[in-house]
Amino acid sequence: MSSEVLSNHAAHADEHEHEHHHDAGEMKVFGFWIYLMTDCILFATLFAGYAVLSTAYAGGPTPKDLIDLKLVLVETFALLFSSITYGMAMLAMYRGDKGKVLGWLAATFLFGAVFLSIELYEFHHLIHEGAAPQVSAYWSAFFTLVGTHGLHVSAGLVWMAVMMHQVASRGLTPVTQTRLSCLSLFWHFLDVVWICVFTVVYLMGAL
Amino acid sequence: MAHDHHTAAGASHGSTKDYVVGFVLSVILTVIPFAIVMNPVMSKAATLFTIVAFAVVQIYVHLVYFLHMNTSSEQRWNTVAFAFTVLISIIVVALSVWIIWSMHYYMMVN
Amino acid sequence: MFGKLTLDAIPLHEPILVVTMIAVALGGFGLVAALTYFKKWGYLWTEWLTSVDHKKIGVMYILVALVMLLRGFADAIMMRTQQALAHGGSEGYLPPHHYDQIFTAHGTIMIFFVAMPMVIGLMNIVTPLQIGARDVAFPFLNSLSFWLFAISMVLMNMSLFIGEFAMTGWVAYPPLSGIEYSPGVGVDYYIWALQISGIGTLLTGVNFFVTIIKMRAPGMGLMKMPIFTWTILCTSVIICGAFPILTVTLAMLTLDRYLDFHFFTNEAGGNPMMYVNLIWAWGHPEVYILILPAFGVFSEVTAVFARKRLFGYASMVWATVAITVLSFVVWLHHFFTMGSGASVNAFFGIATMIIAIPTGVKIFTWLFTMYRGRLEFTTPILWTLGFIITFSIGGMTGVLLAVPGADFLLHNSLFLIAHFHNVIIGGAVFGYLAGITYWFPKAFGFRLHEGWGKASFWCWIIGFYLAFMPLYILGFMGMTRRLNQVTNPEWVPMTYVAVCGAALIGIGILCTLIQFVVSVIKRKELADVTGDPWDARTLEWSTSSPPPFYNFAVTPRGNRIDEFHEMKRDGLPPAPTKYAPIHMPKNTGVGLIMSMGALVFGFALIWHIWWLAGLSFVGIFAVLIYNSYNTDVDYYVQPDEIERIEKAHIQAKAKQA
Repeated sequence: MSSEVLSNHAAHADEHEHEHHHDAGEMKVFGFWIYLMTDCILFATLFAGYAVLSTAYAGGPTPKDLIDLKLVLVETFALLFSSITYGMAMLAMYRGDKGKVLGWLAATFLFGAVFLSIELYEFHHLIHEGAAPQVSAYWSAFFTLVGTHGLHVSAGLVWMAVMMHQVASRGLTPVTQTRLSCLSLFWHFLDVVWICVFTVVYLMGAL
Repeated sequence: MAHDHHTAAGASHGSTKDYVVGFVLSVILTVIPFAIVMNPVMSKAATLFTIVAFAVVQIYVHLVYFLHMNTSSEQRWNTVAFAFTVLISIIVVALSVWIIWSMHYYMMVN
Repeated sequence: MFGKLTLDAIPLHEPILVVTMIAVALGGFGLVAALTYFKKWGYLWTEWLTSVDHKKIGVMYILVALVMLLRGFADAIMMRTQQALAHGGSEGYLPPHHYDQIFTAHGTIMIFFVAMPMVIGLMNIVTPLQIGARDVAFPFLNSLSFWLFAISMVLMNMSLFIGEFAMTGWVAYPPLSGIEYSPGVGVDYYIWALQISGIGTLLTGVNFFVTIIKMRAPGMGLMKMPIFTWTILCTSVIICGAFPILTVTLAMLTLDRYLDFHFFTNEAGGNPMMYVNLIWAWGHPEVYILILPAFGVFSEVTAVFARKRLFGYASMVWATVAITVLSFVVWLHHFFTMGSGASVNAFFGIATMIIAIPTGVKIFTWLFTMYRGRLEFTTPILWTLGFIITFSIGGMTGVLLAVPGADFLLHNSLFLIAHFHNVIIGGAVFGYLAGITYWFPKAFGFRLHEGWGKASFWCWIIGFYLAFMPLYILGFMGMTRRLNQVTNPEWVPMTYVAVCGAALIGIGILCTLIQFVVSVIKRKELADVTGDPWDARTLEWSTSSPPPFYNFAVTPRGNRIDEFHEMKRDGLPPAPTKYAPIHMPKNTGVGLIMSMGALVFGFALIWHIWWLAGLSFVGIFAVLIYNSYNTDVDYYVQPDEIERIEKAHIQAKAKQA
């Protein structure tokens, strides 16, 4: 029995090392998914706060007065397109096509930047029209919830820019591929959160 | 190791078809809610119910077609973690709203 | 240029603080001098500060926890003596604004900087070894988590010497914690210390969840894991679920304070009650984070020292899982009196009583394990027996408080204070001390001195009862918490008893410190040569003490519950003749550097030094991004080195035999 145990042990050790690269990347992606789950609860708490304060206008401006749904539709499509282009980037990655990956990432970045620009314009407009976050609890909650999503998108864009540089300079290595997979989860997750945001904040706010 | 759309990173990934189907569904599930809010055709309550229902469906579409969530053994823990997260999220939001709404009711906050 | 920071921020007019400042300065200077004299800076940097080894990180967590225990306890002694003195017209020696900072600091320190690091420290040292893994899933993240925690501890302690601390209680309810009623920097110190350490904790939760799910030894199914590992898995789940709530709640308070938002203000539609709701939605799961690992320790210790397999493994697992899920639906019991009404109170009251049931299952399981076992009255078992009695009492007073009608009378009275200290000290702290005693030889290669350990236990347990049973009585007599003066003469005698109890606990802590010193001096006598000083049951005891840095030369199999116990019964396999290279992560100082950036960031925000805050924020992420280009992050340990290390251990074991 002892020699069996020995050879089993040695064989296991070898197998383990060989699969190590697969396992390490897979584990990082799983770990990132778990982090995203905590981010989900972060947004859930922001939604809880928004829900509680959803009528706390303090006699000031209400969302119905000021929301421009046409603009929100445009930015929603920008984000949706960016999800598709990122999907295309991932498919190119699995084919090992570095050039296409960079191209699709650039497109994603562009759509993400469009989304952010519209959001920044919208925020500026709201403040200009007297709906600053300091005006009432409602607008505090609005700017915090929507703004946190926007900050996540901004962080994603910074990460995307770094990834484009890393892929361009180092190619599609196991490390860059794992990171692109993590960013993919992050980017799609942000689009999922946006579905909740446009439904609860904008559509319900305009009802 | 199974070789169904398997990658070095171990996460399952989709095909172009997945993204196209997901995109088309998402467009429909986005345009209709915006349309019925911008041009109201139903009562407020019905509109509310519809946009929430469409949001839930669109989230499911994103999870399946873009995030490739499924019940395969590789994705099992991801799905379990997601289910738990949804449970906690619903608990936190729903109970918080109930708690504060009840407080407002008893304190007669208008 | 320096925001709100001026030289006036240093409290030179407070004699107690000046003395503390001098003591800390002397101590710090002495430490630096000793490190320089013995030329240990290089060793400190390469072996500890840049380590990504879970065993070293765990030890550092516990070291910080023990140091902060001294500060938290000092706060406690000050409160007890103030209450013992301040009656019948006397005002005691602590003015209200100072006393308020003390009770706030006491709670904040004990929860965030003593209990949490003890939990995370034990998690770190033990978990990878128990599952047969070589490290955690994300070693760099582990290092970053520790350093974020460590510098948040530094940031919090800086409030003692530069500025002030919050005067709001450890949960900092608005509007008192809002900018209008706490315009100073105290609440900001509180916020940023907790936010930064909270990020560290969240990353730890993710890290250990992935580690346990993905890195178990081959053959170790979930229902074969040690119970301590199960409790850590569930603790990680609670961390992941609860800490984001804390992050958001503190962020909302921050926005109110810094940017004039209206989440929790009295005007413009703000809702301070929502803070109370959200902070406890985090706060209740938090206390289960503190207690579950202690339960895990008791499961390990009971089975080993009763010389009997743990009774009812499956029911222990299900009880732990039930507690994990239920911990998210009871939080309103912290504010029954806030006014949600009977239906809401009834729901949460019932849920709170239900959560006591799985805990009861666990208590019976430990008792059934001891029954018909051959119990050895070692220090860890004494802590366990003390826990079973003490925690049961605390749990029962908890069920009493879970009745909303009773809670309306007892909320915020000393009865409440007695209850939660009862369960935290009798439950969590006794568990951590048992765990430290039990696993100390594994971490350091020698046991702790039994005599001083027993002395510490007896002082702690008698001191606890003397200090806190009077508080139950005072609670029934109507005494409120956080009083800096004892306004009712009937309450005075019990405060005298309580201060004696506190002093006895102090002696218990002293015994623990002496125990460490004596154990180090006598380490050769107390040496653990075999790696298995207790004849224990789980895989961590199959390694040497301390384990080699790679933990296992050959990955073990974990087919059975108490696998190591079964292996010993079947006859241990002989040492392998051939070793394969082992893939290990390299040490790195990046976690430390990023955390230094976070320290500057926190300090700058507290004092409104905006340019410095911006700079440090950019710096932190610049370092992170720059480091992401580094590919020199790992290496292979070669077979000859592994063989050398393994042979040394085998020879030492043979000499012992």
